[in-house]
Amino acid sequence: MTEPVLFVRNLRVEFTSRRGTLVAVDDVSFDLAPGELLGVVGESGAGKTMTGAAVLGLVEPPGRIAGGEVLLSGRRIDNLPPAELRRIRGREIGAIFQDPLTSLDPLQRIGDQLVETIRTHMPLSAAHAKQRALDLLREVGIPGAAERFGNYPHQFSGGMRQRVVIALALAAEPRVIIADEPTTALDVSVQAQIIALLRRLARDHGTAIVLVTHDIGVIAEIADRMVVMRAGRIVETGVTRDVIHAPTHPYTQALMAAIPVMGRRDVAVKPQAETLLEFRGVQKSFDLSPPLLERLFAGASRRIVRAVDRVSFHIGRGETYGLVGESGCGKSTVARLVAGLYRPERGEVRYAGRRLQMIFQDPYASLDPRWCAGDIIAEPIRFHGLLSGEAAISRRVDELLGQVGLSPADAAKYPHEFSGGQRQRISIARALAGEPDLLVCDEPTSALDVSVQAQVIELMRELQQRLGLTYLFISHNLAVVSNIADRVGVMYLGRLVEEGPVERVFTAPRHPYTRMLLAAVPDLAMLGIERPPPAGEIADPLAVPPGCAFHPRCPLAFDRCRAETPALRADAAGAVACHAADMDL
Amino acid sequence: MIAFVLRRLLQSVLVLGVVALVAFGLFQFIGDPVNNMLGQDASVAERARLRASLGLDDPVVLQFLRFIGHAVQGEFGMSLRNARPVSVLIAERLPATVELAFSAAFVALALGIPLGIFTALRRRSPVAQGVLALSLLGVSLPTFVTGILLVMVFGVYWDLLPTFGRGDVVDLGFWQTGFLTLSGLQSLVLPAFTLGLFQLALIMRLVRAEMLDVLRADFIRFARARGLPERKINYGHALRNALVPVVTITGLQLGTLIAFAVITETVFQWPGLGLLFIQAVQFADVPVMAAYLLLVALMFVGLNLAVDLLYYAIDPRLRVGGFRGRA
Amino acid sequence: MSAWTGWRDSDLWHGFVGSRLTVVAAVVAAVLILGALFAGLIAPQNPFDPLSVNLIDALTPPAWQAGGEGRFLLGTDDQGRDLFSAILYGSRLSLLVGVASLVLALVLGVGLGLLAGYVGGVVDAAIMRVAEVQLTFPAILIALLISGVARAVLPAEEHGRIAIPVLVLSIGLSTWVQFARTVRGSAMVERGKEYVQAARVTGLGPGRIMLRHVLPNVLNPVLVIATISLGNAILTEATLSFLGVGAPPTEPSLGTLINKGSAYLLSGEWWIVLFPALVLSLLVLAVNLLGDWLRDALNPRLR
Repeated sequence: MTEPVLFVRNLRVEFTSRRGTLVAVDDVSFDLAPGELLGVVGESGAGKTMTGAAVLGLVEPPGRIAGGEVLLSGRRIDNLPPAELRRIRGREIGAIFQDPLTSLDPLQRIGDQLVETIRTHMPLSAAHAKQRALDLLREVGIPGAAERFGNYPHQFSGGMRQRVVIALALAAEPRVIIADEPTTALDVSVQAQIIALLRRLARDHGTAIVLVTHDIGVIAEIADRMVVMRAGRIVETGVTRDVIHAPTHPYTQALMAAIPVMGRRDVAVKPQAETLLEFRGVQKSFDLSPPLLERLFAGASRRIVRAVDRVSFHIGRGETYGLVGESGCGKSTVARLVAGLYRPERGEVRYAGRRLQMIFQDPYASLDPRWCAGDIIAEPIRFHGLLSGEAAISRRVDELLGQVGLSPADAAKYPHEFSGGQRQRISIARALAGEPDLLVCDEPTSALDVSVQAQVIELMRELQQRLGLTYLFISHNLAVVSNIADRVGVMYLGRLVEEGPVERVFTAPRHPYTRMLLAAVPDLAMLGIERPPPAGEIADPLAVPPGCAFHPRCPLAFDRCRAETPALRADAAGAVACHAADMDL
Repeated sequence: MIAFVLRRLLQSVLVLGVVALVAFGLFQFIGDPVNNMLGQDASVAERARLRASLGLDDPVVLQFLRFIGHAVQGEFGMSLRNARPVSVLIAERLPATVELAFSAAFVALALGIPLGIFTALRRRSPVAQGVLALSLLGVSLPTFVTGILLVMVFGVYWDLLPTFGRGDVVDLGFWQTGFLTLSGLQSLVLPAFTLGLFQLALIMRLVRAEMLDVLRADFIRFARARGLPERKINYGHALRNALVPVVTITGLQLGTLIAFAVITETVFQWPGLGLLFIQAVQFADVPVMAAYLLLVALMFVGLNLAVDLLYYAIDPRLRVGGFRGRA
Repeated sequence: MSAWTGWRDSDLWHGFVGSRLTVVAAVVAAVLILGALFAGLIAPQNPFDPLSVNLIDALTPPAWQAGGEGRFLLGTDDQGRDLFSAILYGSRLSLLVGVASLVLALVLGVGLGLLAGYVGGVVDAAIMRVAEVQLTFPAILIALLISGVARAVLPAEEHGRIAIPVLVLSIGLSTWVQFARTVRGSAMVERGKEYVQAARVTGLGPGRIMLRHVLPNVLNPVLVIATISLGNAILTEATLSFLGVGAPPTEPSLGTLINKGSAYLLSGEWWIVLFPALVLSLLVLAVNLLGDWLRDALNPRLR
């Protein structure tokens, strides 16, 4: 076996505050062979990010490395003086962080940032450094590298910025790269591209990569071996395939069981019920135009984003309708149109029920921090006058808390005293308090850890059965939608491109975009089928391509797609808006 | 770019218009110029004649336009207090205030920015803590108290520096400068420091706060992770980003020097615009108040515009269209 | 857990006790404020009562100096007024004007800021244009202008009577903008947050949402600015009075005292100006220190 390039032994990181000492990383050991891809996975608070920071020597006070050692190419680095550690960082060990939007200096051209980094570590002339910078940009897949060299970070899309960040990490050809959630801020199709890029770099350069992530799907796609962390400790280590298919530690077993897998559900086909909600050719635009003067004098054009473009669908009573798509596709705007937060500018939204309520994505922002849980839940009851008398309201609040798995004592607590999952339960209780017929759920589990996500989904399903609720369930996570929805709609750049029963859409997709989305879902089964990552990125919503908006990325596109927008055509198995699919029918 | 400047210019014209309206309102509603010119005892016929000849019977809009026309030519009539043309009074007093404000700005910037950087980078050192505590004193001491204390110590107790007036000035024909004589420079020291101290402390605290903010940013962490030298991180990346907001606020703060000159000039009997203005306020000398107001507005608007252009020059996000706009 | 023990366990309390400077500032501010509030009980003399003031006592130096008298701890001014008493009454007036103008600015600024931030559109544009024009000028100039206009409009014999309301009005009107801007910014952020959207989905009207949800959540930064603004308001009052356009000589504030004292600076009667100036500076410094601490304590990023 080759000598490990990185060697971590009994690493311990502590945070000291007046409330006592918090151990963020406890007795963590692992090693990394040259060119190896090691996945470090865990839920929030597992200490995985802090482990990466400790290896890089970037733990900030009041945190400190309290024990253990880190060896890089056989040399101990955790106790080096800052100046020497700095010389190692970038040259022998590089880093990639989560958010490409904030990782780059906004005031400097990306070329200058690259050249600066290269010349810090390599004795190259300015001209040679520039040559190397251009090579790096090409290598990470930035088209037109020579022209893009002088651009500022804000001129790049998120995916392209993350490529620049990777180029910067590679600048001095380090032997190890610590990548902390490098794909979390990206859309699934771009995530697949970045994963493919990292895999290629590890292979071509022999760079060893520690990939820190909460997403086991990403690990399954890319990592040779993996480490599972929980509460600062490593609970399981092993070859990725073994850990995923046959976890030995109970925590890992529970974690794997909680991961939503496509179609793992018995679908009982529900009888056709009366229509509760109907969208008819609904359209909603946002005007992001620059001020009038700018348009008059600088010839700037009006900028109108058509967030929702002639969308029609209906939801029957007692049904769960899933809406999926990548960022900017308009699914959240649909949610707000349903909830009445926006008015449609064209078409109509018909709602046959009495009240509706909404559940939001961010458990930290969806509860008023100044109100206690009891008052939050009671607000819809009081506002609609559903019950009279404080005693009756208080009894109802206790009952609702019980329904979502909390206790009556929680009513007096404030939002900051709850965990993310508990807050989402309070959100659900508040929504139920309004006795709605329809519940609009906008990414209700996206901000939660996998195990908590599984519980919340289970709760929602149970409540639906018990109370006969109807859900509009919006998510970017196809697996979650496949587990809860009866029918599903797929949106791309403001338009509904495909619709149908969930098992048909996910097993026999008709629209090429649906196929692309499904192909980008990480392969947890690890079938090892080589899948080329999807092409391109979502177009700027301000400049939607003419014809079929998907045609620049579509493998099936032909002339008609570039000129004519396909209509949504329905048949027994659902509906699709695609010229190519029309020809198949 | 053109549109940006145009928008700013339009805003400036709006501000000047509002100020002109206020100044005109002063004339309209305060004091009767006929009374002022003829005294209480004039006959009704005399009053009417004067009213007509001054155009006071014209519609208000016409009077306002005439007022603006005069203002553009620097014509504000006679001071009620000392019966001299306002334009002459202002021309006499302007150099003293400009030189004072300029010196104070120099003191504030030359010391404030480096001290701000120092206290941000050496956050925990005792010296930085001390400087920070002193800066709080700097923003808490009223300007006139600073002035009085300086007069007490350097003027009365040690008798080192002059405590009132400008000293000897050299007349350049269009400008009377105190920069060219020893007594002029000596006289400048205490007022300039008094006026600059508050701004110095403010700029220092602002630079420090912005630097600390930027030093926490992700791109600084990423720069560290790439092994860039501290010097480059601090000055090449952090300082440049910190200076973007600093430029705006500092530019506007320097404008307030003109306002605070009123106080400093009172303490040191500095023969500038501020002293002229405060006497005008005390005596309700409307023409001088109006002229001062418009002049100061013009200076502020000019400064605002300069700051905007500078801001535009240093932040590429304003200059170059973003990803959203490029497509 | 009672509210008190909760407070004792909070980061705010620990930060407070942990910073000695802040504790000292709080004590100083408390002493000065209590002294001003109970001026009538503490002061040996009522400086506004002509009967208790005797011109023979004029320009007596402080008690510990040669020629000083025990009756006049800090000496007397040119009219024979006891300086210690005058300072107590003067700080009472300074605080009164400071607090009153702060309240005016708060009500105006928070109200308009909330409206601009939450309602947006034309309302926002109108309020912010006014604010922008006003922001072009430093607050002190606006205050000077308002008080100058008031002087010019009203006959001279009225000046003394309305001086204090004019002061409050001019300082209040010159400082509302910063409250409005801060509250507007925060209200726009809160407005986009999901708890506000949840309230809208439930059907609550804008007034109710603004008052019950948005307002409580934008008060933290307002608290910080209010503290610093109180210091500034006291400063502005003193400055206006020092310039002779603030509190009338019959009702001297700290600024008026300093103004009168500065005439005696060169002739050797230093105490008339020094003691009021020291009290004023201490008061403002203490308030600013508290504001500084509050800002750091409430800033989650600095934790």
